Amino acid sequence: MTTLPTTKKQLIIIGNGMVGHHCIEQLIERGATEHYTIHIFGEERHRAYDRVHLSEYFSGRDAEALALGDHDLHRTHGIELHLGECVSKIDRDAGEIFTTDGRYHYDSLILATGSYPFVPPIPGAEEGQPNRLVYRTLDDLDQIRDAAKNAKRGVVIGGGLLGLEAANALKSLGIEAHVVEFAPRLMPVQLDEQGGAALREQIEALGVGVHTGCATEEIVAGDEYRYRMNFKGGEHLETDLIVFSAGIRPQDKLARECSLEIGERGGIIIDDTCRTSDPEIFAIGECALWNGQVFGLVAPGYTMARTVAGCLMGDCESFSGADMSTKLKLLGVDVGSIGDAHAKTEGAKSYRYIDEANSAYRRLVVSADGKHVIGAVLVGDNSYYDTLLQYAQNGIKLPADPASLILPQSEGTPTLGADALPETAMICSCHNVTKGAVCKAVDAGCSDLASLKAETKASTGCGGCAALLKSVFDHELESRGIEVDKSLCEHFSHTRQELYSLVRVEGIETFDALMEKHGNGGLGCDICKPAVASILASSWNKPITDPSNVPLQDTNDTFMANMQKNGTYSVVPRIPGGEITPDKLIAIGAVAKKYDLYTKITGGQRIDLFGAQLHDLPDIWQELIEAGFETGHAYGKSTRTVKSCVGSTWCRYGVQDSVAMALRIEDRYKGLRSPHKLKFAVSGCTRECAEAQSKDVGVIATDKGWNLYISGNGGMRPRHAELFATDLDDETLIKYIDRFLMFYIRTADKLTRTSVWRESLDGGLDYLKEVIIEDSLGIGAELEAQMQHVVDHYECEWANALKDPEKLKRFRTFVNDQRPDPAITFVDERGQKRPMRAEELSNKIIAKEIS
Amino acid sequence: MTTALKDTAMKNDTLQDTRWQRLCNKADLVANSGVVAWWQDDQVALIYVPKGRSGKTELYAIDNHDPFSNANVLGRGIVGDKGGEVVIASPLYKQHFRLRDGICLEDETVQLRTWQVRLQGDEVQISG
Ligand code: SRM
Ligand SMILES: Cc1cc2nc3c(=O)[nH]c(=O)nc-3n(C[C@H](O)[C@H](O)[C@H](O)COP(=O)(O)OP(=O)(O)OC[C@H]3O[C@@H](n4cnc5c(N)ncnc54)[C@H](O)[C@@H]3O)c2cc1C
Ligand code: SF4
Ligand code: FES
Repeated sequence: MTTLPTTKKQLIIIGNGMVGHHCIEQLIERGATEHYTIHIFGEERHRAYDRVHLSEYFSGRDAEALALGDHDLHRTHGIELHLGECVSKIDRDAGEIFTTDGRYHYDSLILATGSYPFVPPIPGAEEGQPNRLVYRTLDDLDQIRDAAKNAKRGVVIGGGLLGLEAANALKSLGIEAHVVEFAPRLMPVQLDEQGGAALREQIEALGVGVHTGCATEEIVAGDEYRYRMNFKGGEHLETDLIVFSAGIRPQDKLARECSLEIGERGGIIIDDTCRTSDPEIFAIGECALWNGQVFGLVAPGYTMARTVAGCLMGDCESFSGADMSTKLKLLGVDVGSIGDAHAKTEGAKSYRYIDEANSAYRRLVVSADGKHVIGAVLVGDNSYYDTLLQYAQNGIKLPADPASLILPQSEGTPTLGADALPETAMICSCHNVTKGAVCKAVDAGCSDLASLKAETKASTGCGGCAALLKSVFDHELESRGIEVDKSLCEHFSHTRQELYSLVRVEGIETFDALMEKHGNGGLGCDICKPAVASILASSWNKPITDPSNVPLQDTNDTFMANMQKNGTYSVVPRIPGGEITPDKLIAIGAVAKKYDLYTKITGGQRIDLFGAQLHDLPDIWQELIEAGFETGHAYGKSTRTVKSCVGSTWCRYGVQDSVAMALRIEDRYKGLRSPHKLKFAVSGCTRECAEAQSKDVGVIATDKGWNLYISGNGGMRPRHAELFATDLDDETLIKYIDRFLMFYIRTADKLTRTSVWRESLDGGLDYLKEVIIEDSLGIGAELEAQMQHVVDHYECEWANALKDPEKLKRFRTFVNDQRPDPAITFVDERGQKRPMRAEELSNKIIAKEIS
Repeated sequence: MTTALKDTAMKNDTLQDTRWQRLCNKADLVANSGVVAWWQDDQVALIYVPKGRSGKTELYAIDNHDPFSNANVLGRGIVGDKGGEVVIASPLYKQHFRLRDGICLEDETVQLRTWQVRLQGDEVQISG
């Protein structure tokens, strides 16, 4: 046990990866900055990032989105972060380290240097060769992305976990992907023969080539592709790029060179307190070798980080190994492996479930006495994982028929309820959170998942425990009789749905009336005012510019334009279906030119004009309306766009007139306000050029009519729309859309897209079909009538406002002066204006002062 | 005695009246919402609550400059109350500012300038 230093000691951490960073967080939490001056060195130029989710770099998350912790965490706590500074040497006698930039003294040293990808010594893939790509860092991924630019085919050498992930990445970059594995099956470490075979089938079905039992002997120039890989036995495969994923090796170079004890096959040897053979030096994460084992997962690394942080603060908890169970979704295929997956334990017995039709495979390994789960393999369906892992980790006694644990769940599997778990059950192994800790947090007042996560950190590591955490949490809340507070805000103790019913049943038409009858009598706030405004609009469709409605709206609705970062507005006229006449195009151009507006084609097939000042909006709209335009509601939680393809009129494949249908839909639902925005699309054939399957309402032509898709979403969390009904005629299509939209407006929570609403709908898609198609609730006609009422009361909001001088009074930047806001300044870029950036602004001020 | 007292009272009144100056008209205000006026070199957001929680008319003036976005937009936010205090929410990043003293509820180290304003008949007056 260490005693705490009385004068500040210097603590150095080498390696700013996931584990090094976690160690910093743990040290901060324990107050170590009071006793140590801390430096952390990272060879990479990025601040620490989530390597586990590295692949998401290819699906839209950038370095910043992957970064761990607050960006000013180090500064706030006085920790020196040295990025892009590689440590080249440790001098243990002097207690110093040497970097590219200098040398630093240490009293205590932590090695968290992680590991590096192993590249087998294959002729033609020597160090420095352009085809020597690996999959470990953000920079590696940039290189792969570059290499993929002119490539048609890519090969991953290595069919393990990471190799399959890399293959998925290649696929997502749009090139043909192949996996070459030396062993006779995929994922040889985690899977047995049958599991490997099931996985292979699923992966081949996705169009990824799988080549097992292939040893690459050399890489030479190719004929058809850039390279040719020659395999032992005479076969070959040509490819444009090669990613090596043949395993990892602990990064122990620094430790080796300063003669710390190293394992036979690499890895810095540590004891139960994570100390190396030098007691002042610790090693944690993937560079460390404990009990002859290197842990290639993040959870054990985090546990080591906690151990060291504890030791340095005089409170040492020893490291006692870690579970290597894993659950993954590879190329969309579920794979899980728990404990002794290969049944190596003496006397172990297995149960196997094989479903050849669906290429699913499950194996349960039980102890010799048949009482406990000691391992499992899952391919194709991970819904069994959480339960099996709990059985294995907590030594829970097996049910009478152990096989039931892996049989299809419809046959009545005894799933392990959250209540059956002991207090000590590990829920989140990344952050060492037990069921007991979750209960404690609930007792201390955590009543929603977000605060539970913030409090316990559970589910903020690899994310594998999310489902289990939620079920334990829900169960704990329930068992305490805690009703989750669903009040809209402090003014209304109702949900949006309840307020909606009150408004409709009691015929309430104003916010004040609703507040008086059902609220707390206050003024309202920025939560309830827009929510109620939306309910009133969906119900009665009165102009939002009416005096009683004005103070309820967000600025965007109030001024019927979207506020931009500098306080100016954007203007988006409706361009139904994306169809526009040359004259109208010219008219938009003329307005943009006259008012000097930045002009851009939007992602919704229309044109956005940016940079208008408040007082110019009425004039701009006067001209647009004269040219035949209507408001596009880009500002409202309302119908946005109906995207369309050109359809049968012009396209050689089109089977229906998609433009005409898009116009009909846009004309019907324009101005409809709803809990969140609504997007539609109509495609003229199955090639789907209008991307209807990513919209709230998607319509795709068939040779017999229209297929209707619902509840798709782009944005942050894309969701494929679901096929709802097929081969509909025009009238039935509109009828179903009417009912669908009104049912959503009635029952959805505020700011909930149709996708999220649909997912939380009890009874799911089948229930929705019953309500809409079979009219099981008998409300079909009512929903249609309600929609017709809204349609009949449609009026362009801008046209309405322009007729009324009283309403236009609001469109003044200043009520006592004609000046524009002098703080709004623009510069020219690519022939148009854009807002001046903060730094340009301060330059301008300085320049002014100098002149 | 009585005359003397009356004299000083009148003096105070006239003194105060020179402090209050006309800013705009009552008709320029929008109920339960904000408008913006120039006052000397400052942009002032005027928030008019015809019937506050006390039942009385309330009028507030707060800096139109939103320190979080650096744009002059505060007068275009939503007016409401939180925990009994009248606030305005920034239309850009949604922070709430207490109209009584300009303090930001999300970060109490941030305080905006406020001015004294009142309604005199049809006039909105500000005290400088
Ligand atoms: C202008 C435009 C970008 C462009 O230059 O192309 C745009 C701009 C904005 N989008 Fe968008 N989105 C635009 C098309 C899209 C699309 C593509 C589409 O519609 O086909 C999507 C993905 C599809 C979808 O919504 O499912 C899209 C997904 C979002 C989201 C994420 C929604 C989600 O469910 O995750 C937001 C944020 C939100 O609404 O909460 C958003 C929010 C915004 C806001 C309103 C952000 C804000 O509050 O300032 C942007 C201001 C618009 C403005 O005019 O000032 N925008 N936005 C596009 C306007 C289309 C139009 O003609 O109306
Ligand atoms: C694509 C991918 C997917 C993965 N998926 C999972 C998963 O699903 N679940 C899971 O548990 N684990 C997963 N892992 C493994 C997990 O990312 C690692 O276990 C974890 O990152 C180990 O953390 P670490 O800090 O020990 O090493 P690293 O995160 O590698 O950090 C080590 C850092 O030290 C730096 N460094 C090395 N030498 C020096 C030096 N001399 N000077 C300065 N800096 C130096 C390196 O540049 C590096 O940034 C995955 C890994 C990858 C690559
Ligand atoms: S993606 Fe949409 S919301 Fe994000 S910056 Fe672009 S336009 Fe704005
Ligand atoms: S187990 Fe990794 S986040 Fe919980």
